[in-house]
Amino acid sequence: METIFREYHPSSGQRSDRSAGDRLRHRQKVREAIRHNIADIIAEESIIGKSKDRVVKVPIRGVKEYRFVYGENVPGVGQGGDGEVQPGQTVGKGKDGAQGQQAGDRAGVDYYETEVSLDELVEVMFEDLELPDLDRKHLRQMEVERQFRQKGFRKKGIRVRLDKKRTARSRVKRKKATQRAAVAAPRGQRFPFHKDDLRYHHTVTEMRRESNAVVVCIMDTSGSMDTMKKYLARSFFFLLYRFLCTRYQNVEIVFIAHHTEAREVTEDEFFHKGESGGTFISSGYNKALEIIYERYHPGLWNVYAFHCSDGDNFESDNPAALKAAKELAQISNLFGYGEIKPLGAGYYGSSMIQYFSQIQEPNFQTVQIQRKEDIWPSFKTFLTKDRVRDDAA
Amino acid sequence: MAAAYTLEDLQDWNHRIVELVERFGLDPYAQEFEICDYEQMISYMVYSGMPSHYPHWSYGKSFEKLKTLYDYALTGLPYEMVINSNPAIAYLMRDNTLALQVLTMAHVYGHNDFFKNNFTFRTIRAEFTIETFKAHANRVRQYIEDPSIGLEKVERILDAAHALSLQCRRNLTIRKQSEAEQKEAKLEDSKPATDPFQSVHRRKEWVSPDLAKVPLYPEEDILLFIRDHNPHLAEWEKDLLTIVHEQAQYFIPQIETKIMNEGWASFWHKRILEALDLPQDLRLEFIVRHTQVLSPHPGGLNPYHIGMKIWEDIERRWSETKPEVEKKPAPKTKSAQEKLFEVREVERDSSFLRRYLTEELVRELNLFEYQSRGNEKVVSKVADDDNWQAIKDTLIQNVGTGTIPVIKVEDSDYGHNRGLFLRHFHDGRDLQLEYAEKTLQYLRQLWGREVALETILNEKKSLLCFSDDKLTIKPIP
Repeated sequence: METIFREYHPSSGQRSDRSAGDRLRHRQKVREAIRHNIADIIAEESIIGKSKDRVVKVPIRGVKEYRFVYGENVPGVGQGGDGEVQPGQTVGKGKDGAQGQQAGDRAGVDYYETEVSLDELVEVMFEDLELPDLDRKHLRQMEVERQFRQKGFRKKGIRVRLDKKRTARSRVKRKKATQRAAVAAPRGQRFPFHKDDLRYHHTVTEMRRESNAVVVCIMDTSGSMDTMKKYLARSFFFLLYRFLCTRYQNVEIVFIAHHTEAREVTEDEFFHKGESGGTFISSGYNKALEIIYERYHPGLWNVYAFHCSDGDNFESDNPAALKAAKELAQISNLFGYGEIKPLGAGYYGSSMIQYFSQIQEPNFQTVQIQRKEDIWPSFKTFLTKDRVRDDAA
Repeated sequence: MAAAYTLEDLQDWNHRIVELVERFGLDPYAQEFEICDYEQMISYMVYSGMPSHYPHWSYGKSFEKLKTLYDYALTGLPYEMVINSNPAIAYLMRDNTLALQVLTMAHVYGHNDFFKNNFTFRTIRAEFTIETFKAHANRVRQYIEDPSIGLEKVERILDAAHALSLQCRRNLTIRKQSEAEQKEAKLEDSKPATDPFQSVHRRKEWVSPDLAKVPLYPEEDILLFIRDHNPHLAEWEKDLLTIVHEQAQYFIPQIETKIMNEGWASFWHKRILEALDLPQDLRLEFIVRHTQVLSPHPGGLNPYHIGMKIWEDIERRWSETKPEVEKKPAPKTKSAQEKLFEVREVERDSSFLRRYLTEELVRELNLFEYQSRGNEKVVSKVADDDNWQAIKDTLIQNVGTGTIPVIKVEDSDYGHNRGLFLRHFHDGRDLQLEYAEKTLQYLRQLWGREVALETILNEKKSLLCFSDDKLTIKPIP
């Protein structure tokens, strides 16, 4: 009987990496599955937060391999260890699937969750948006810097840009070449620089453009906004911020809380501090306008403003709010009003959505959010209105 | 850790092992060893050891899963992997120590011998294994590259076919009857039995069998049945079904003999290594490794352990001369050696356990039966006088192809509407409904029309109908 030994070949190309294609395809399937469940995933409280490195567990359906298998009422046989085994004793968890690959005679334990980083999830999320219009639009960019950069060399140039090292080197080259060509050429003779030896730096002017965006989050913190409403608002702001981060190089965020009067607050205060009192929506808008003019001039910044409220505004404030809203819509890329009315929260007499329907600006959008599942669809509708103004530089 | 041995060392040891293999009377195919690293090993495992295999995302999934488990040290890799081909190809991981390689090589010869001699493997042309898989891979790739077909369409068929691939005949040594033979058999069946009192009895009326029915007898090869009876399939789709079917059939014998095969290989590697006269350091490591592999998994089943115990028991019983054996009278016409080789040839896991798993062994192995309750396994029966037989029966039900529900095609013109009617041969175990639904969906996709499956759910006869795009469950009175 003969035996053949084959020596080890470190990753002989195709063999070692032949699963690459199948792995890629599997990965695509997982992404697809995530995309199908995106609305559910967004609604999960756990992803709201801004840490980039956060790993999110995402339940996956759709990558299982189905076969006819037996269900739960099937007894199995196990082996006891050293000790006695008693009837009624618990010996382990669930079915021990995941047998040998080739056996494949059991369903095995398909993993139901996969881990993706938040960044990846956000990427998938925005793939899901499928907003071709948005891609075609140019982002408004500001010319922030003009600078000169060296790029290559030329034989002609001005004196200050002379590169001495390269010039010397090219002279040496020429010298060697000449000596080789004419063997009899006298050595030791002076060999001066020639005009052709000179090398100059070439400089190009570069312009660095930057696109900046500011997200203005305005929230009603009056007594009627409870934790649930704030959570919904927060999810919305989170998505908006995340989305803009993928579009602009530099995104800043401003939080404005208002009841009867408005003030700028920190993120923490914004989401966690409740206040009481009535509501003057106009106060929030005016504060936003003030901050925008002061720090984020619309000529230099893309402004995205969003306001969340439960729509319970003082009647007398409505005209003022309308006027401010119109102005805000004019200076921002996108201005949205989200009315949060959780189901079962009762009926509020006033709804600002109706009132705001008088605003004609094309980049103004109102959405209504009733429960967690509404967030993603309403976010999508909101974004379709994005407008990049032509007056941008 | 740098391996302190060379290929020559391995060849040297192999030489000594082969001598012993021949002396013990084992009869393996020629053997080929290939040294690989752990990533190559994972790749081989995922593609069932084949040097070439058609692509499908499920293999990528297995790879990721295996690699993750391995990277987090949740699972070890097998020391070896052998494929049933002639010559048998085995992979050795280069990171393993010399002692482990020697053990592995001896183990591989056990498998190799089993592949060559066990009857379940007779139907497989081992000399063509590699070429067949290669040809399959080439054909599938060709379809994927064909611009009129492409990956998406191929994947759709493969996904569906994989779901049904193990719904095929289990005992391949029984020849499949041709259509003509089936017709003849059907006619034969329809004849009334010979009546010893035919002179007094009235003659029974002969009812002619419905020979137009397809299939005449329940058909277990579902993929082949679809291939042959769905006129709307394109040639490449039929070919894909054939490929998936053939590959599944290749693995049926291995599924059928897991315990025997592993037990046999372990039995012989132990025997060989004991006879090798290993130097002390290797010997100690061998003992440690051997114990690791052969130790019982509390709560689970270790096929190596169970298989080897049974083989050792057979050997003991057939070589003993003490009167104790008379309790279990074994025909003493064969020597222990002859008996072992005979059993290795003519049994499969289910028959092997049924015939050679004795009461003493059930007790010694401390086997018990469990039921799943919620998320937990709860012991329902332990090996005592009343229950050992029941435990053994449950075990037999759960080995080999026993874990695959028996589902056969009974009619291809269900409801006179060209629907496909299947029956689940229920043996007390219900189908998992979610999986059944999705699998029926695949079946519906391949068949192109309504499919119906008769089964028993919670002790009620039920009909699972998959038509258009949803499942309906109707009770059958």
